[in-house]
This record gives sequence, structure tokens and C-alpha cells, in this order.
Amino acid sequence: MTALLEVEDLRVAYGKIEAVKGISFKVEAGEVVTLIGTNGAGKTTTLRTLSGLLRPVGGQIKFQGRSLKKTPAHQVVSLGLAHSPEGRHIFPRMTIEDNLRLGAFLRSDKQAIDKDMQRAYDLFPILGERRKQAAGTLSGGEQQMLAMGRALMSQPKLLMLDEPSMGLSPIMMQKIMATIAELKAQGTTILLVEQNAQAALSLADHGHVMEVGNIVLSGTGQDLLHDESVRKAYLGED
Amino acid sequence: MNELPQQLVNGLLLGAMYGLVAIGYTMVYGIVQLINFAHGEIFMTGAFGALTVYAYVLPDGTSMWVALPLMLIGAVLVAVVVAVGAERFAYRPLRNAPRLAPLITAIGLSLALQQAVWAWYPEAKSARTFPQIDGGPFHLGNVTIQTGDIFLLAAAPISMAVLAYFVMKTRTGRGMQATAQDPDTAKLMGVNTDRIIVIAFALGAVFAAVGGVAYGLKYGQVDFRMGFILGLKAFTAAVLGGIGNIYGAMIGGVVLGIAETLATAYIADLPGMEKFGSQSWADVWAFVLLILVLLLRPQGLLGERVADRA
Repeated sequence: MTALLEVEDLRVAYGKIEAVKGISFKVEAGEVVTLIGTNGAGKTTTLRTLSGLLRPVGGQIKFQGRSLKKTPAHQVVSLGLAHSPEGRHIFPRMTIEDNLRLGAFLRSDKQAIDKDMQRAYDLFPILGERRKQAAGTLSGGEQQMLAMGRALMSQPKLLMLDEPSMGLSPIMMQKIMATIAELKAQGTTILLVEQNAQAALSLADHGHVMEVGNIVLSGTGQDLLHDESVRKAYLGED
Repeated sequence: MNELPQQLVNGLLLGAMYGLVAIGYTMVYGIVQLINFAHGEIFMTGAFGALTVYAYVLPDGTSMWVALPLMLIGAVLVAVVVAVGAERFAYRPLRNAPRLAPLITAIGLSLALQQAVWAWYPEAKSARTFPQIDGGPFHLGNVTIQTGDIFLLAAAPISMAVLAYFVMKTRTGRGMQATAQDPDTAKLMGVNTDRIIVIAFALGAVFAAVGGVAYGLKYGQVDFRMGFILGLKAFTAAVLGGIGNIYGAMIGGVVLGIAETLATAYIADLPGMEKFGSQSWADVWAFVLLILVLLLRPQGLLGERVADRA
């Protein structure tokens, strides 16, 4: 059986500077896979390339066996790949409800959309309470919830989350991580990019450590969590 | 002061025309942050499209009630083709170029379009007569509405309502709002932003074409340079209302039209201001108003700043 997502020798460059230097990894259906590493390791670049916002200079991206290398960004979501971008990027002047509806932009099954909206409100009750409010008025953590809810509205086969805990208070961060665990329990396949290695590895089936454009270490979440070099470099232990 | 209602209506009608053209500036700016300085010429080619249908397509002596809808179609077709062509061949190749490149291109395009129309209509250097609707004028109490303005009176609110419905209620309209706020994220939602940009240019051209026909009916003549000052005024209206906001464009247009009309009508009555009330000062007052608004409310009348938290 082929994996849901297969990335092979992926290389991405900004002009002459290579930000991703030939990485390979897989995501199997039902798994949570995480990419961890410091700023500038190429994690966000990888996700932006998977969703078509950037074009690779080499390598292969296969989603359900189909190459994504030439698929324009606006068609990627319809194949089942949803991307909640770094920095959340909610639509600030639209209501929460309209933001969620945009997540279902390409769907026309109105009743199922309404049902999924309700699901998003169940997952994040605060969004339901404020559904008519402009999204720009939400707090950072609430905006993160909205960005995740919006990505789920496309009924993705693979949900990509880029730094969902960035800039959040510890309590809010715990809440977001608990939600990711809940989504995992419901069977959602997730590719999670995080700087918070501890939290990400604790709930990931597999993890990959990125350093300046390369994957330097791979393993199960638990293995990496207990790996000495990872503990030193990313978990702040010595 | 009995003529005040009349002046207000005159200003409203003038402003509605500014507003129709301003919508194109504001939509394109809202989506691609480009000030399409050739938009005044889109308005002009629309007027000439209508004139061409009347003069060369329809048999002589066709009633205006039959001709007008066909002229409107001609105006819209020409303006949309020119605007979409400009986007495809002049602006799109420069999408990632420094900001100045498309701006200079717009100015070049504007001159090229003027010359092209002049080449097609050599006699258009002096004004071409635009066909008129018979009948009227109409009287409402003390207020007189010229026959040529009836079209504007109907077209402006209808256009505005259609546009508001489109932007707020249709899927493409929501895709347009999303693209205006965050183009990359709009793509992640499945919005084909290239298509949205074309639609923004095309819609702007439709309203400019309606404005062009309104101009011809209002003033009875068109010429290849008519888009220059009117384009500047419409751009002013767009900034005045808050650029990027479609309602702002119409409101900015109306405020500008009324201010200009009232200034022309009443400033000369003020002591020591006798010289400044003539029609040629109208443009000055329009830009004084712009400067005041930019000083006091830089984001424009309806411009808003919702916090975009990172």
C-alpha cells in the first residue's frame, strides 16, 4: 500500500538559496507526523511547497499516488490536502462564520457544510459564540482555532498545521495541542510542523528533525522524545 | 437659497458618475494593490464603444429606446475586452515586478489607448456628438432633472445593488473578498486568484462603461481625452471613500460630486471669493476636499483598520 503522502528528495530554493535540500518522508493515513527543528530549518518552506504556494526545483511530491509538482495551489485543497498556515492568516475583516465557509469554498454540499460548521463550533465553542464577529477581533489563540477549524472545513484527507502553538500562552497552547490529540483520536491524518518539540513529539507517530534544509534524524515520536541529541538540542536539557 | 435642492441633485448625479468609475479603481486596487491609471481610458473606450454601435452598427434614425440597451452592450464589450487585455498582456507579466513598473505601464497604456481611439476616430479630437434621449426634462417640485441624467439616476443604484449582491452573496464574490484580504491564504482555500483578478478588472470595466454611456448622455459629446480628468476625479472619489471599499467608492463619488457642485454654486457669493466660483475652479475644490480628508482621515471615509494580529 502506498502512503497518503510521499515526499522524495524534495528541493526548494528562493532564487539561488536552497531552503530545502533534498528531504524525503512519508505520511500514512491515520498518522500524525511531525517536522521539528529551529527557525529557518525549512519546515514552513516544505509545507508551502506541498500546498503549491512554492514550486520545488527538484524531487517528487506524491499525494495518493498522484504527483503534486505541477498542481496549482488553488487545486491542491480539492485533492484533500488542507493547510493551516504559519501565523494563522485568518481573513480579518470577515466574520468567523464566513472564514469557516471559505474553508469549504470548493464544496457545494450545503447541508454537509452546515454540519461541518457545527462540528467546528463543537470543537471550539468560542467560535460558535462569536460567529458573527469579525475574525480580526479574536485573540491569537482563538484565531488559531479558527485557522484549524477553517482547514477542517475542506474535509481534508491530510491536515497540515504550521506552528499552531506559535505565540500562544501556555494554557492556550495546551488547549490547541489537546485539540490536535482529539483530531488524531478521530482518525484525522496530520502533518504537524512545530518548534515546540516536546508537545509535538508526544503526540506524533513519526517525527523528523530538520536542520538547515535537511532531515537529520527520523524516528517514532517516542524514540525521538527519548533521543539524547534531540533532548539536548530541542528539549533544552543538558 | 431656493436652488439648493437643485444643486444637491446636480451634485448627486455628477457624483454617481464619479462613483461608477471609482468602483473600478477601488476593486483593482483592493485585489492587486495596483492603481490602474488607465482606468479613465477604459471609461472612455466604453463611451466610444456605445457611440460605435449607434453610428456604425444600427440603422440611421433608430429610436434611442431601442438603441440605448444595444449601445450599453457595445460599451461593456469594448471596455471589458480592453480591461481584460490590459490585465493579461500589460499587468500580469509585471505581477512580481517592483511597484513602479506597473504604474508606469498604466500611464503608457493610458496614452496608447487615447491615441488608438483618436486613430479610429480622427475627428474625435474635437468632441463627437453623442446621441440623446428625446423628451424631458423632468420636474420634481423645484428640481429639474435633465433627460440625459435619467439614465444615470437609474443605472447607478442598480449597478451598486448588483455589485453588492455579487460581492457579499456569491461564491466568487466571497473568493474576491478573500483574495483582497490575503491572496496566498485564499489560494489555500481553493480560490483561483488569477481568475479573481481578471474578474475584478472586468467588473470595473463594466461599471466604467456604464459611466461612459452616462457621460455621453449627460454632456452630449465624447472625446478621446474625456477619461483623463474624469479618471482623476474618480480615483479621488475612490481614495476619499477609502480605497479598496466598493461602497466607499460610491459614497466618495457622491461626496465629491456634491462638494464640487456646491463650491461652484456658492463660493462666489462669499465676500472676497468672487473669482473662485467658476466651473474651472471646480477641480481645485475637489482636490482641496481630497487633501482635507487625507489629513483628517487618511484611510478615507469608509476605510477601516481592523487589527490583523500576527
